[in-house]
Amino acid sequence: MNLISIRDLDKKEIEKILDLSEEMAAGKIKRKYDKILATLFFEPSTRTRLSFQAAALRLGMSYLDFSPETSSLKKGETFTDTIKVISGYADVLVIRHPKEGTARLAGDAIEKPVINGGDGGNQHPTQTLIDLFTIRKTKGKISNLNVSLLGDLKHARTMQSLVYALAMFGAKITLISPKGLELDPTLIKEVEEKFDAKIKTKSELSFNDADVLYVCRIQEERFADPYEAKRIKEQFMLKSEHLKNTKKDLVILSPLPKINEISHEIDANNKAKYFEQAHYGVPVRMAIIDYLLGRQTRN
Amino acid sequence: MLNVEAIENGTVIDHIRAGKGKKVLEMLGINENNAGRVALVMNVPSKRLNKKDIVKIEGAFVNEEQTNLVALISPKSTINIIKNGKVIEKREVEIPNALKNVGNCPNPNCITNTEHAEKIFEKEESKFRCHYCERCFAAEELVG
Ligand SMILES: [Zn+2]
Repeated sequence: MNLISIRDLDKKEIEKILDLSEEMAAGKIKRKYDKILATLFFEPSTRTRLSFQAAALRLGMSYLDFSPETSSLKKGETFTDTIKVISGYADVLVIRHPKEGTARLAGDAIEKPVINGGDGGNQHPTQTLIDLFTIRKTKGKISNLNVSLLGDLKHARTMQSLVYALAMFGAKITLISPKGLELDPTLIKEVEEKFDAKIKTKSELSFNDADVLYVCRIQEERFADPYEAKRIKEQFMLKSEHLKNTKKDLVILSPLPKINEISHEIDANNKAKYFEQAHYGVPVRMAIIDYLLGRQTRN
Repeated sequence: MLNVEAIENGTVIDHIRAGKGKKVLEMLGINENNAGRVALVMNVPSKRLNKKDIVKIEGAFVNEEQTNLVALISPKSTINIIKNGKVIEKREVEIPNALKNVGNCPNPNCITNTEHAEKIFEKEESKFRCHYCERCFAAEELVG
């Protein structure tokens, strides 16, 4: 079994992984694996790669780290050949690649479990599971929560999978993004049809009825004009004043890194849960590895 | 009307959307190497379609899977299989549930455009979703 896309999972499976993550976070699971995890990152990443390696170590596993700079890919070897070879060295593979569909291609090509660590602008399912876990942990549930998504919703790697999952769980979604950086309308249509999702769009940064506020990065390179980029970033930056009339138990999340998206003083606000969210990366990824390896031995 | 001789054995595809007859032949892989005669009649007046194309292929019997590919280009076409001068089977075309190696993925950032991979699209509502990059496309985008 692989973890390639949130579209492959149903609610029951996601809940199973979240429950398992809960047990991992509480240190209840003592299972150890005499196995090797390979992290293959074809583009830079710190958090995803390190937290997968940490998860492997906590499960008693070892890891191999692959970097394309020094590999035979430079000599013209195809991606599929590289994956087929490395699949003989490890028991689980985590793949991040700038091209969309790469993890699926790898999953179809080899027998070992493949985990998608992000494929272009398509999916980042493990981040989504961390997000869902953090929401459930801090709010006690996901369904019927008002979730506001702020920032570049078009290019943010995590958005495709997160919106899909939130809709699946019956959250009420509000989208706030700069012009031109809106969420893919075909995704909105898809989740409205599949899950009868309620999705609103607005332009002002007011979060009075929000239970969860999820902040995405706005990258300067998305704008042709640097002045325009500066102006938009300023306009969409989350500041303390935006939190004045928000609910007492509002939870602010972010996939991080944050550069200028969230004003520094918010870090000290007890509504800010993004560092906690980042720390959950390890137990949730432990749960994912355990889930996939467990499925493999049972089948 | 321009008359084309009836065929004894082969396939007649009727009610093709005007202008798409050539594309139908191309998708079925029918070309000058076909053993028998091949006729393409364009702009035939039609009650149903106003104008239509008709294709007659001698000596080749188009199967169900190929039939359904025709649906992508021209959903209202009908297929007649002819043996010994008689229509032995009449089929309506139906849009297939999955497409394999029919068209390339229009998403330039899809891995299938740089790495050798089968092109697989699964039908979803009225569109087709790429098995790899998970983007949805209309049939016309895939087969042009
Ligand atoms: Zn594709």
